[in-house]
Amino acid sequence: MELRKYDHIGEQVYSGKLPNGLSVFVVPKRDFNKQYAFFATDYGGADRRFRFAGNWLDTPAGIAHFLEHKMFDMKDGNALTTLSANGASPNAYTSTDITAYYFECTENFNENLDTLLTFVSTPYFTPENVEKEQGIIDQEIRMVEDDPDYAVYYGLMKSLFRHNPIRDSVAGTVESIAEITADTLYNCHKVFYNPSNMALCVAGDVDHLEVLEMAQRILPTEPGELPERDYGPPEVLAPVTKSVSQAMEVSLPIFLAGCKSKPIPARGRENLRYELVSALALEILAGHSSPLYFRLYGEGVVNSDFSASFESVAGEAYSMFGGECRDPARVFDEVNQEIVRLSENGPDGALFGRIKKASLGRHIRSLNSFDAICANYVAGHFRGYDAFDVTELLSAVTEADVTAFFQESLSPNNMAISIITPKE
Amino acid sequence: MHTAYSSQISPGVALRCVKTDKFKTGCLTINLITGLNYETAALSALLPRVLRRGSTSLPSMERIAEALDDLYGARVEPIVRKKGELQCIGFYADFPDDRFIPVGDSVLPDVAALIGDMLLSPDLSGGLLRTDYVESERKNLIDDIRAGINDKRGYSVDRLLEEMCAGEAFGVSRLGSETEAEKITPETLTAHYRHILDTARVEVFYCGPAEPEFVETALTPVLRRLPPRGDAPVPKTEVILKPAPDSPRRFTEVLDVQQGKLTLGFRLGNAMEHPDYPALMVLNAIYGGNVTSKLFLNVREKLSLCYYASSMLEKHKGIMIVASGVEFSKFDEALNEILAQLQNVKDGDISDWELTSAKRAITTAIKSAMDRPAGLEDLYFDSAIAAVAYSPDQLFAGVEAVTRDKIVEMAAGIETDSIYFLTGKEVQHGA
Repeated sequence: MELRKYDHIGEQVYSGKLPNGLSVFVVPKRDFNKQYAFFATDYGGADRRFRFAGNWLDTPAGIAHFLEHKMFDMKDGNALTTLSANGASPNAYTSTDITAYYFECTENFNENLDTLLTFVSTPYFTPENVEKEQGIIDQEIRMVEDDPDYAVYYGLMKSLFRHNPIRDSVAGTVESIAEITADTLYNCHKVFYNPSNMALCVAGDVDHLEVLEMAQRILPTEPGELPERDYGPPEVLAPVTKSVSQAMEVSLPIFLAGCKSKPIPARGRENLRYELVSALALEILAGHSSPLYFRLYGEGVVNSDFSASFESVAGEAYSMFGGECRDPARVFDEVNQEIVRLSENGPDGALFGRIKKASLGRHIRSLNSFDAICANYVAGHFRGYDAFDVTELLSAVTEADVTAFFQESLSPNNMAISIITPKE
Repeated sequence: MHTAYSSQISPGVALRCVKTDKFKTGCLTINLITGLNYETAALSALLPRVLRRGSTSLPSMERIAEALDDLYGARVEPIVRKKGELQCIGFYADFPDDRFIPVGDSVLPDVAALIGDMLLSPDLSGGLLRTDYVESERKNLIDDIRAGINDKRGYSVDRLLEEMCAGEAFGVSRLGSETEAEKITPETLTAHYRHILDTARVEVFYCGPAEPEFVETALTPVLRRLPPRGDAPVPKTEVILKPAPDSPRRFTEVLDVQQGKLTLGFRLGNAMEHPDYPALMVLNAIYGGNVTSKLFLNVREKLSLCYYASSMLEKHKGIMIVASGVEFSKFDEALNEILAQLQNVKDGDISDWELTSAKRAITTAIKSAMDRPAGLEDLYFDSAIAAVAYSPDQLFAGVEAVTRDKIVEMAAGIETDSIYFLTGKEVQHGA
């Protein structure tokens, strides 16, 4: 395996690629009690239409998440139970673009890694266990439907996007998951869970060669094809609707506004650089050190829940800002005025310098977390960049980069707002 | 791995340091420990938020933000913790370690001074905490108290405890009540501030790579500015061994929700006379604290009665709670099964596999918490205020020593106190 050192952040990574196409990363961490393993596929809630055996296949909303739940079933029991009984603390999640399985433990690491690699690479679906899972996921869907943060987010996604699958919940709906069968699950597993489309990242005081050897021994030996997916034609930048609202059992209105922007480079360091420029620009616009935030907070219009962020996924890019707020319409207007001001004048030089310095510090802090290290490293790998290059790229961001973001990526014409209002 | 030091700066003021090189940041907390009670809970919860708005040296949020950004994105956040019947308020700070910032800079002394000023030199107006800050943060506090309802899972647990422990300090929520928060004025808050500053026990915690002497040097000037106090012992939590009524009390609340919540509260009984925390943790893990637990494997996995069903231990108070998410139509069935699984624990129907898995889960959870600065802080802080103090090694040894007989003996005294249902508008529950 190749060793790369990042002395300025005190990290190093062993990386290697198996003949079956799997990328393996080991981040050595001495002095820690725990070991952490993160095994992920480049497959998420948005990857619903893909090529299978020469034909394009459409699959129901929620299938990647459903598959994640079902993978834990093994012929001779449940992997969650096996790992837990062996002292590991396992879990999994499905996002728009990634499905990840992981555990942390403080003993029996090799056995636990064996279990992880085995169950994720061994599909076992029957009509009975699929039907049973439908009941469990129905409950999960009902639970998240009571979550206002979920409702406000998908309200916005449906307002912004016409057809891109990111507008649908990763978990799907009670109706869409009812269409899932054991056969569809096997097909999805075959296409997306082949080692060439996956990565393993381990953090902790472990033997990196042993990790590589285990992955080679346990996983399928044949490389697979990289899946071809289709998110439909590019979306126009104008939103479907400018505003949407829903009444729920909440104490204060919650809003989330979003702005579509043109897609950013999908891969490589440029993808990471755009993400960093965008995040920095949004901090300057509406972060907790921004003049706008101080004014709105001081007037009691927003609270410390207010934040802004940028996403690029499934061929689309968008910025979001929102939080709990008594007067969403006013905050929406104020943010828009601030965008105009920043587009014309650029950011204040001192503020820019400080926010960059603070962002570098926050990045250092994130390296305390094994979860964040592994998830970011693998996400970076799937997008063709090295996540440990963040400090280097962030340091190089200029005021002109940020001004260009305000001018090019934030336009009132491309915005929508989603509001959750309290029930009477 | 790490070394813990403890030093008494003055009566009632202690500094604890955990020296470790493994993190990229240093972490510093300062805690004022008071008894939880209905009248003062909202005042105490509000205090660090108001102090966070401005000190004499940095009199506004803007100035504080500038200073923290310049300290490489250091964070200083108000903390309000409820531990048994204690309310612990103060600040949590973390900041990049000197190894990862330009040579010659050292952030800890500046952060310590900044927190010290926040705590001890607030921006006053006419001798009172500033009206605009008090008003604005009081409104935010009330919003936060009301926002409890947004997360139905947490809300159900809070409501259960409020009903079950009505009349006990433990029934008071961490942030206090909306009614009491409404009454707060700059005068009452300033008086409360002076009182807490004069009397509360103070616990300061640092974890990171700095030498304890360096930490003490950085903090002593700050802590010496505290008014002198007596020993300021930690107030006691009233542990009630048995439920007051003969049969469990039931509470039902209707909200417009898609999924029901069923939440149960148990009193731990005689096990709390001389609490064996490690054994209680193992008991909880066997029953519902873990994915190898009876609740998870039976109520959720085998019978699919709940989307989630887990138990939590309030070890300082002697209460165990079960929280579950249930379809409205399955309330009764889920309740019966949750209680049946507790009966299995009492009957000693615990396999070697269950016992070993539970022990492993707890050991792993503690060890991995020690791999996070905030986890390490909470572990040491918890021990500092517990009725029976313990070190991590004592916890591990205690967990290892737990036997099935010990679990059965402790479980025998557990009684159901209260059952809380959160149900939807469409369905009326028959219970």
